[in-house]
Amino acid sequence: MKRVVITGTGTINALGKTVPETLAAMAEGKCGIAPINIRDVERLSVQIGGQVRNFDPEAHFNRQQIALYDRFTQFTMLAAKEAIGQAGLEFHGLLADEAGAIFGTAGGGVNTWDENYRTVYEDGKNRVHPFVVPKLMNNAAASHVSMEYNLKGPSYSVSTACASSNHAMGQAFHMVRSGASRAMVTGGAEAMLSFGGVKAWEGLRVMSKDACRPFSANRNGMVQGEGAAVFVFEELEHAKARGADIIAEVVGFAMSSDAADIVMPSKQGAARAVRGALRDGRINPEEVGYINAHGTGTAANDKTECAVVADVFGSHADKLMISSTKSMHGHLIGGTGAVELLACIMALRDGVIAPTIGYEEPDPECALDVVPNDARDAKVKTVLSNAFAFGGLNAVLALRQAP
Amino acid sequence: MSDAVKDKVIEIIAEQAVLEKSDVKMDSTLESLGIDSLGLVESIFAIEEAFDIQVPFNANEPSESDFDISSVAAIVAAVQGLVKEQAA
Repeated sequence: MKRVVITGTGTINALGKTVPETLAAMAEGKCGIAPINIRDVERLSVQIGGQVRNFDPEAHFNRQQIALYDRFTQFTMLAAKEAIGQAGLEFHGLLADEAGAIFGTAGGGVNTWDENYRTVYEDGKNRVHPFVVPKLMNNAAASHVSMEYNLKGPSYSVSTACASSNHAMGQAFHMVRSGASRAMVTGGAEAMLSFGGVKAWEGLRVMSKDACRPFSANRNGMVQGEGAAVFVFEELEHAKARGADIIAEVVGFAMSSDAADIVMPSKQGAARAVRGALRDGRINPEEVGYINAHGTGTAANDKTECAVVADVFGSHADKLMISSTKSMHGHLIGGTGAVELLACIMALRDGVIAPTIGYEEPDPECALDVVPNDARDAKVKTVLSNAFAFGGLNAVLALRQAP
Repeated sequence: MSDAVKDKVIEIIAEQAVLEKSDVKMDSTLESLGIDSLGLVESIFAIEEAFDIQVPFNANEPSESDFDISSVAAIVAAVQGLVKEQAA
């Protein structure tokens, strides 16, 4: 088995348009959640979100690209440019034949669906733009990244609701670890802050109208976000041989299915994924210093997740730190695990633990060190990133400091 | 009018619980009728559609919502209040 390291990172989200901007915002405990600016927002009962603001597609893409790139693809392309640029990799010859792009998204081109349904249903038109299908498809982002960077190996999209990115990155990890490819581009994106995208979530009545306050006793639901994060996963010896800057090592990954309920989380299912990631990475539980929580800010998720951590880690649960950065960037649904992996990287490389902001009242059912409101300096060697999706599909990644 | 509201609410709850209307008593709780959290959210949606009202309910804090769901009688009373407000 090969060792897998991260040599490139890129992002755009409500906290920043690059990785350094995003990490600085996380370290400051900034809130990227605010009133959203979208068409027909006045007809929504939830009017806040972690929106990417002051974003002008025309500053980044030409007219033909915009005709083909939904907002989620635009976000992916910008994050991929930053990540692949940082990695300093060029894909030619055999490396290009092996390398691929695996990205998570739950909704794909939601804005494209929304705009074109409006055209045919609301405006009564009988014709839509010829590129609606290639623009909205879930694999559009993976395909455009493969085209832009000459990635000729396996590329695909993964859609497992809120665990999409973690599942995608786990697949990329497996590809490199098995020796099938020396490098993979991976991560995820979501751009669901459209009228239809928010209205659908409103229906479930799990959304907060004021703030995302994970683990706080007065939490009242989740808040949607949008954006993308992209990583270059590379085989360790390949990275060392070319003198690449190694950011962190990916050491373990596990997936599980609750096989129970379509929306309610299961402690047993999530615990199997956490335990599985530890086992896969041959990680002693006492080694884990930080967990980036799924931490949606719903009543059900947060108490279940804390019970899972208490169960898996026993007395060590009280010593480790666990925070939910969704309090700052919102819930990016299928892209969320990718943006949250950045907080794991900051913990390992910079020794800064991102906080859970908006924390107001302790909840006895969430009695862990949730790093409330202010970031903390701490040396951690090994971290986990949890994702527990609707549909009961769980995916947990384990990372270590760069070797 | 109030009886019409009561009948409609009972009809909605009975349909959700897959029971006869006569099986839904005023002192029944949703739990006793076998309605879970998803069933509750669906029932509230059906109530909103039937009466064209907005029911203030967040599944994260059901006990803090202004909408009392502790029994069928409580739900009927809450809906009657909302319908009255709507008319005012």
